[in-house]
Order: sequence, then C-alpha cells, then structure tokens
Amino acid sequence: MSGLLTETFLAALLSGAVVAAVPLILAGLGEQMSERAGVLNIGLEGMILGGAYAGFAAAVGGWGIWGGFAAGILAGMALAMIMVVFCVRLGINQIIVGIAITLGVTGVTALLHNVYFARTYPRLPAPEKWAIPGLSQIPLIGPGLFDHHLMTYAALLAPFVLMWLYKGSFLGLNLSAAGEKPEALDAAGIDVTRTRTTGALFAGAMAGLGGAYLSEIGSGIFVPAMSHGSGFIAIVLAMLARHRPVWVMGGALLFGLCLSAATALQVGGVEIPTDFIQMLPFAMVMAVLIAFGRKARLPAALGTPYRRGQR
Amino acid sequence: MTYETEIRADPATGPAQPLVALEGVTKRFPGVVANDAVTLEFHPGEVHALLGENGAGKSTLISMLAGVQQPDEGRILIEGVPTKITSPKHALSLGIGTVYQHRMLVPTLTVAENLQMGAPWYRRPDRAAIREKFAESCRAFGIDIDIDRVVGELSLGEQQQVEIIRALWRGGKLLVLDEPTAMLSPAGVRELGRMMGRMRDAGVSIIFITHHLSEAVEFGNRVSVLRSGRVAGAMSADEVAALTPEATRARIVDLMFGAGVEGDTKIERRARRDHGERAFEVVGLSGKSQKGDTGFSDVTFHVQEGEIFGVAGVDGNGQTPLAEAIAGQIPCQGDVLLEGRALGRADVAKRYRLGLRYATDDRLGEGTVASLPISLNMVLKQIGRPPYWRGGVQRDALIDAHAESLFEEFDVRAPSIHTPIGKLSGGNIQKVLLARELSGAAKVVVYNKPTHGLDLKNIETTRRRIRDGADNGIATVLISTDLEEILSLSDRIGVMVRGRMVGVVPNGPDARKRVGAMMAGESEE
Repeated sequence: MSGLLTETFLAALLSGAVVAAVPLILAGLGEQMSERAGVLNIGLEGMILGGAYAGFAAAVGGWGIWGGFAAGILAGMALAMIMVVFCVRLGINQIIVGIAITLGVTGVTALLHNVYFARTYPRLPAPEKWAIPGLSQIPLIGPGLFDHHLMTYAALLAPFVLMWLYKGSFLGLNLSAAGEKPEALDAAGIDVTRTRTTGALFAGAMAGLGGAYLSEIGSGIFVPAMSHGSGFIAIVLAMLARHRPVWVMGGALLFGLCLSAATALQVGGVEIPTDFIQMLPFAMVMAVLIAFGRKARLPAALGTPYRRGQR
Repeated sequence: MTYETEIRADPATGPAQPLVALEGVTKRFPGVVANDAVTLEFHPGEVHALLGENGAGKSTLISMLAGVQQPDEGRILIEGVPTKITSPKHALSLGIGTVYQHRMLVPTLTVAENLQMGAPWYRRPDRAAIREKFAESCRAFGIDIDIDRVVGELSLGEQQQVEIIRALWRGGKLLVLDEPTAMLSPAGVRELGRMMGRMRDAGVSIIFITHHLSEAVEFGNRVSVLRSGRVAGAMSADEVAALTPEATRARIVDLMFGAGVEGDTKIERRARRDHGERAFEVVGLSGKSQKGDTGFSDVTFHVQEGEIFGVAGVDGNGQTPLAEAIAGQIPCQGDVLLEGRALGRADVAKRYRLGLRYATDDRLGEGTVASLPISLNMVLKQIGRPPYWRGGVQRDALIDAHAESLFEEFDVRAPSIHTPIGKLSGGNIQKVLLARELSGAAKVVVYNKPTHGLDLKNIETTRRRIRDGADNGIATVLISTDLEEILSLSDRIGVMVRGRMVGVVPNGPDARKRVGAMMAGESEE
C-alpha cells in the first residue's frame, strides 16, 4: 500500500483524471447549451460514440490526430442534424429520437469496427504532449496538469470561453428565452428554430469532439460501446450545473478523478475485487444526484416543440 | 373617479388628424364575420376605451393593428396614409406597440434581460444604456421596479408595467393594451390608470380594451363599444368631456346592452309558469379553482323544479369554479342542498347518482376521454359501479345496450357506439355529454356554456334539450356568457361579477338592461 502514495503514482492519478474528464467536459458543455435552448439531447451518448469511431477511423486512415478531431465534430453534428430535423423542425418527441440515435449508433459503430478493425486492432501512437514550460516542472501538479495534449488544454479553457460568451453577448439570453418561453423570443423578432438548432448542433459537435478525444487521446484504440454511459453522465452534469459552464467542468473533473482512481487502484494492485473498484465512479454519481438532484431545475419549455401561434 | 376631470385632452386644441384610423375594416373567418365595417379613430394624447363582450371582435381588431392579420376589406390609415401592416415587426416600426393579455416575458430572466431581448446572439448587450433608459421611463411614468429582479418574482401588475414600457420602447406612438386589467387587483388597476394618464400626457395614443364599464368611464377620453363585430356606438372625446361620469355611464350601458340594431324581437322568452318545489339550493358558497383564476365567494341562490336559472357574467368571473364546486370537483366552503339535503363532501360520483349533474364546458378535457369509445363515455361517471360493473367485471352487453338507446334518443351522429369519442365533431360530443348527464334520475343539471363553440344547428338542438329537460321538471342552472342565450332560456337571471353574485332579476322586457348594467359593474340598487 505504501507504493500508492509515491509522487509518480499521484501525478499519474491526476493526469488520468484530467484525460478522463475531457470528454465529459466537452459533451457536458454541448448538452448544457442544447438544454438551455429547450432541446433535451438524450442521443448524446450516441454522438460521443459516433465521434469516437469517426475520429479514430480518420486518424488511423491517415488524417492525423487533428483530422480525427474534425471528423469527430462532423460525425457528431451529422447525428445532431437528425435531432434538428425530427425534433426542432418536425416536433417529434425528443426523448424517442435521442434513444434511437444512441441505440442506432451503438450498433452501427460496433458493426463497422467488426468489419474494419476487429482483425488488426490498430492502435494509435501515444499522443504528442505539450508540456507547458515552467509550470510542468512543479512537482506532482506539473506532470499531472501541465503535461498534456493541446486539445486537453483547449477543453479546460472551453468553459471559460463559454462563460465569457454567455455573459458578454446575447447568446445566453436568447438560448434561455428559447428554452423558457419561446413565444416571447419569437415576439422579440428572434428565430426560435434557429436558436434551438444552434444549441442542438453545438451539442452534437462537442459530443463528437469529446468522443474523438476519448478514442484518440484517452485510449488510442476504438472498442465498441467504449463511451460507457459517459453521455448520460454528461447530461446529468449539464442539468445539475444549469447555466454555469465552470460547474460542468468541476463535476467532470470529480468524476474523472473517480474513474482515474479506479484504474490506478487496479494497477496499484489493491486487494479489492475490480468490479467494486469500477463501480466507484458510478456510485459517486448516485451520491451526487441524491445530494443535489433537487437543485436541478429544467427550462420550462424543455422537450416541447415550438410552433408559432400555439399556446 | 377624480381622474377624468383632471386630465382630459381639451377638445378645442385636440389634434384634428388621427394617428391611426380604421376605415370600414372587415375581417371574415370561415362562418363568422369577426369585424364588420369597423371605423374607428385613435388620436395622439388620448385614451380610447374599447368595450365589448367576448367574441365582439376586439382580438381580431388588435391582431390587424399588430400586423398578425390583414383586413379583407377596408383600410388602415396611419397619419393619413393608407398602410398595409404586413408583420408584427412592421407594426412596431410604424410605432404600434401591443401588450397582450397573456404575459410575454421570460420568468427566469431579469427585467433588464427581458427588456434587452431581440438582438442577434453575437451582439454585446449595453447594460448601462438599458439601465439609464429604464430609470428614465420609471421616472416618467411613476413606477418603481428594480431592473435586476427576476421577472417571475414580480407581481402581475409589475410584470405588466415592464411589458408596457417594452411596448412603448418598441412602438412608441400607439399603445394597444388588450384587457390589461383582467388579472389586476383594484390597486393594480388604479396604478395602471395613473400610468396611462402619464403616457397620454406624453402624447401617446392608447387603446384600452376592457370588459368593465367603470374602467372605461374612468380612464377613457373616447369610448367605443363593439358588439358582434360592429361598432355599436361611440362617444367622441367632446361628448365624453361634456357629460358627467354618470351620464356617460348611462349612455354606454345603452350602447352595450340596449335593444339596439338587432332588437329584442328575436328573443322568444320562456312562457311563465308555476314552478314546483325548491329542488336545489346553494348557500354561502365560496371556493377557488386550482388553476388560480378568480374564485367565487358567498354565492347564494336557489332553483325550483322545472325552473331555468341563468347565470350571466363576463367569462372568468368565477362561474366555472362555482360550477365545479357544485359538481363536487373542487373543495369549497358553504352548503349545496339537493331537495333540502346538504351534500357535504359527497364526491362527483355520489352527486351524479343523487341526480345532481354537471355538463362541463371543457367537453374534450374533463368531459370525456377522447380515446375511449362513445359507449364507455356514456357511463364515465359510473365506472366500477353496478349495474354496469359487477364484482369488478365490466358488463359490456349492458353498457352497449344503454349506449345504443341513448345514441338513438340523443341523435348522436357517429359510425357506431364503439367509435372513440375524440373522432366526433364538437356538436356530437356535446350530445354524448348531455345524454350522460340527462339520463337516469337527473334532478338538477348545471350547464356550463353549453353552446360555446357549436354550430348553429347544434346550438338549437342543445337549447331545445335544455328547455325540454326543464319542462320535464329538471331544475336547471344555465351558466353562459352569451346574454341572448340567457335571455331566451332563463326564468330568473343571476349575475356574477368578480366571483360574487351581484344580483338576481326575473327575466322580462327590462332584464337585458338590468343584467347588462350589473355585468358592466353597476350594482343593482
């Protein structure tokens, strides 16, 4: 047990927590914007998985890591387009369409993986890290937080960029109005459909990017259903954080820490059955939900399609 | 009541050209003429009070001014220029701002955010400017609201003030207020009156729509009355200024409820007759519906066997919660007596069995279950009870036989008794509803707006049913917002205003005026 508390171990734990949190941060921020605009995206899990497959396939196919990210974003947005067409434009039940997306993508990516990668199991090279000069020399925190791929830093900065956008422009206001009282936004001369489309597509793009990060940076391989419910965790994070992007990141990091600890404990050879260790992060989500679930308040018009002139 | 004497546009210096004028504006919808050759003028610095009952065509008029709909005939002049108002945006750009009855603010956002709404997402909000502009408007119109408060925490009156200011900012010349007093407390109404006075003094033209005559007299410089889509009468600013408030009031009552163009000749009153025992009594009943609208308080009346007691009143003055309380759907204080026996806390099913029936106005909502067949809807209030259910087993043969006979008797037009009721037309749904409520041992029937939304033929059928039922001895309570209906069917008429029954008059030649005056807010001396 004493080996657990070495500096290397703790740095790896921290580093692993950040890497595990990034897909949740990205997808959670996307979901947050979508929910705020009134579109509950249950398909988030599918969009992460779609992004993971597309990103991995593109990277393996020679597009490089950044090409993989672009492919992930495109895949996520393409899936979100289904949401936009069926839910935002045609007014079909968001939950049903979301579940269909998740189930469909799970099956399709597993099939594609079987066809193209099941025999060779290609693996991407370890990602190129960019250590921040100076900061990365700090003991423990340095290697844990400041020695990552560029995309990791970008994900950690994203909540602050969004916070600035929400505060400094009409974006947050318009999204809130679309989710709370779309007819008021419509009467003010802003297109509700377009506002909601923006939110839904952003969620798709962010989930796709998060998925690509998961396969390209997080593990370097693609495994069917590798998202392991992180889409649903991200939905919960978005609901609990309400309009605060930084809270999404806080929750994601906490969850990431649990995931990382679960892995580290296994590697460290602790004598607890692995099944229990792997349960840890999810047990924590339940605990958090029990403690804070009441605080989640959803937009009044969440999940309801908007048609002009109907009340 | 001191207001109108202080601030009134001087007729001599009053502006000659109206800001907005309607000339012979007609708007038709399938089957109805909502506005029929309406000619009205709206002048700057004037409050033009527009009175009328539900369905008088006020909403259609507003929607044309707001650019939501276009007139079929006639034209709208803006500062003398014929103008087609093509969209709500266009209306705003012409200076016409509208405050609708239902709130158009986002409750979770602050006042400032609501006022700023309407810019594309990439723009930067200018918070300081909006703060200053709002403070200025607050000073100008004498209101006091914290711009950083969340709208959902404001009172309804305060929310309305925010909306008025927003409408003024967007429009600015002509302010249309659609029944602004409907949801306000008396204090809120006074505050609104003060605000309108200040805006008028600032040169704004205001259209003030209301049900209440007293408000029109108090706040209006010019009063027009709409009746079935037509301008039934108008009083110019000079006329209003010249008359005392009492004389104005009397004149408007005449315009609103006087025999007027259509006359009383069309109405065939029920022949007088001797009624039987006192079958039904409501004593000091008070209550409130869960929906949070106007409740009713201390309502007392009685109905004799074979008598039709009409309950008149403008919609939303407590009639529906009263009916729901009588039917046992909502809790209430006071007593409901059926043949002298207090019903206490008896539930809906028990009241139904005892012979107290309620034909709701919400026919598809609470009256029927749309996806169930006609046959089951006919026994909806007896579910689980003998004879149609025995030991928890549904006896389809009995239910079907019962439904078949009512189907014939009430002339329901449908493919079969197994058709889901949601597929029927409004008239046929009403027939099923009436069949259910009138069948068996019906002693007292409460009808809530029984002909609302029906076509002419079904209106006739329904009225005949009501009359026939009463002729067979049913004590009948007829709630309606249609005064003609009340006058043609009732023996006695009670009037509800703001949840109270302000008076009861026997039906007769002078009933229209007396009822009308009470509906408009006069109390019967």
